[in-house]
Amino acid sequence: MPGQQEKILDVRNLQTHFFTDDGVSKAVDGVDFSLNKGETLGLVGESGCGKSITSLSILRLIASPPGKIVGGEILFKGQDLIAKSEAEMRKIRGNEISMIFQEPMTSLNPVYTVGEQIAEVLRLHQNMGRKEAWEKAVDMLRLVGIPSPEKRATQEPHELSGGMRQRVMIAMALACRPEILIADEPTTALDVTIQAQILELMKKLQAEMGMSIIMITHDLGVVAETCDRVAVMYAGKVVEYTTAKNLFENPKHPYTIGLMNSLPRLDEDVEELVAIKGNVPSPFNMPTGCRFAPRCPHATELCHSKLPELLTSDDGSKVRCWMYTPEWDGASKTATEMGV
Amino acid sequence: MMMTADQTKKPLLEVQNLKQHFPIKGGILGRTVNHVKAVDDVSFTIFEGETLSIVGESGCGKSTTGRAILRLDEPTSGSVFFEGKDLLAMSKSQMRSMRKDLQVIFQDPFASLNPRQSVAQILGEALAIQNIVPANQRRERIIELLSHVGLRPDQIDRFPHEFSGGQRQRIGIARALAMQPKLIICDEAVSALDVSIQAQVLNLLKSLQKEFKLTYLFISHDLGVVRHISDRVMVMYLGKVVEIADKKSLFDSPQHPYTQALLSAIPVPDVSKKQERIILRGDVPSPINPPQGCRFHTRCPLAVERCKTEVPALTNVHSTHQVACHLVP
Ligand SMILES: Nc1ncnc2c1ncn2[C@@H]1O[C@H](COP(=O)(O)OP(=O)(O)OP(=O)(O)O)[C@@H](O)[C@H]1O
Ligand code: SF4
Ligand SMILES: [Mg+2]
Repeated sequence: MPGQQEKILDVRNLQTHFFTDDGVSKAVDGVDFSLNKGETLGLVGESGCGKSITSLSILRLIASPPGKIVGGEILFKGQDLIAKSEAEMRKIRGNEISMIFQEPMTSLNPVYTVGEQIAEVLRLHQNMGRKEAWEKAVDMLRLVGIPSPEKRATQEPHELSGGMRQRVMIAMALACRPEILIADEPTTALDVTIQAQILELMKKLQAEMGMSIIMITHDLGVVAETCDRVAVMYAGKVVEYTTAKNLFENPKHPYTIGLMNSLPRLDEDVEELVAIKGNVPSPFNMPTGCRFAPRCPHATELCHSKLPELLTSDDGSKVRCWMYTPEWDGASKTATEMGV
Repeated sequence: MMMTADQTKKPLLEVQNLKQHFPIKGGILGRTVNHVKAVDDVSFTIFEGETLSIVGESGCGKSTTGRAILRLDEPTSGSVFFEGKDLLAMSKSQMRSMRKDLQVIFQDPFASLNPRQSVAQILGEALAIQNIVPANQRRERIIELLSHVGLRPDQIDRFPHEFSGGQRQRIGIARALAMQPKLIICDEAVSALDVSIQAQVLNLLKSLQKEFKLTYLFISHDLGVVRHISDRVMVMYLGKVVEIADKKSLFDSPQHPYTQALLSAIPVPDVSKKQERIILRGDVPSPINPPQGCRFHTRCPLAVERCKTEVPALTNVHSTHQVACHLVP
């Protein structure tokens, strides 16, 4: 039951906008979710829906200008990260909250050995001396299942395979035993057999170290496999937040249902997939009402004109859709009367 | 309408002993010091009107096989019979005249479309090459093509950057259709698309196949997509075919240990199904010095002594299912 577990992170109505020459891009515009201690939260949605910007906002890594967190709260153990100074954030990043990125090569420095890079993080946050940090780095490489870690520690990133680099990223992110690990598409660039290895590894380390994970992915299979709770994003907003079990057994939001139907399945045969019509809206020009309305099979006049709130039900799950409000009956009638 | 007896099917493309060994140059003299054996003795047949998919992980040789068939890279050896004629024995100009029958759709729709050309110009160019539709009727034909792929007539003078990823892929498909091809090679054609858009494009490819009796060679690493679109599936590992079968047989009873591991590794979007997972150890070995014997033996959970030395041949499990593994009779 939500509420009984310890909330380690509580994101409330987060808004991160980009002020560009082309106008204001409301990349993140109403993101709500919480993360419980020791649990894995999935952040899912299609390309451009704001998953990465959400996680960069949590770490306060949004380049400003052009970006700015313009609203909301990010409560980490009860304290609002948005109110923290840069110096305070530096102590949190990589130490209490750390992140692994989708493309390991962009976050590993190509000219240093992987051992040096992990040791550097340890020296920065844990005040370790050179020798101790190096030994700990080798230990971390061993922990993430890299064979002959003493030798691998002396190699540069390009000498390693993709799967091995991802293990190094994980070793680096976990070196300081963070309370939260944000993993942005940690396996998307990998082949499925290697993905299976990495997901297995993350599960094992989570069980051992007890950290909480935010798993950013567009792969609903990965969600089912790894997550306790899920926040589904569409066009900068969280549209559904619930347990993984609920999400797959009883999806509520028309977008979530559309995503599930779009997916070609390994365990089912269908002649034609039920695709979602149309395309995602431009972040510079969002629909005024429900952002999904132009693509939603149930959209009414109300949906097109007024934005639905994120409603919380008794079990703590949330959905942002007029269909689940008392206004719906009236609204659908108006729509039929109007011939919509 | 599953076709079982081979006699009822007409081969459109027959690939025999195809090899693609890319030289690796080295030293100060730039001599060839080694080869990447990207495709190593691959044979298969595609029948008219069907979709054959090639699956496997990065570097297994799927795309290289597609490119070699089209001679986008000249293959090292082998033959590729298209309607009985060997494409690899043709002169460059003969090959060019075959191109209209064999079209390709790539993964990145943006990279394969000229950014300075409008949709009308892109498709007009294809029609000019094909040269069946008279010049004064081409615009009409382009509008027809756009409607086939679900784009609007008023989008005809727009440029690629004005379209979304899914729409660009539709332009790529329209360009391929303009040639009235017999075979379309789809190389990761939907891989870059979000699932909701991917579903639209997959539905489109399926309906066009029915309407125009197209044959597809569908190259993909996504087994969900492959299961949806294919009639038959070929699994490659390190440049070799390890298994080839009709879809049902492959997904219901995969025989090769690699296919079994591959299928079990895919996360299923269903919380109630906890599947038995075969985790393969280690990485895919380099295709420069692939393992002796069965190329999969270094990662195979079932490998025996014989696997280290003897290359397994593709053999029949039944008439529509072949496997290359010493442990499968
Ligand atoms: N510097 C920037 N200036 C303007 N807009 C930006 C900037 N960075 C990101 N955006 C916009 O913010 C939106 C959300 O981007 P984000 O990277 O969070 O998407 P995502 O959900 O992570 O997508 P993907 O699945 O492709 O990684 C996008 O529309 C993007 O174009
Ligand atoms: S609010 Fe209306 S348009 Fe939006 S998802 Fe719900 S039914 Fe569809
Ligand atoms: Mg992202």
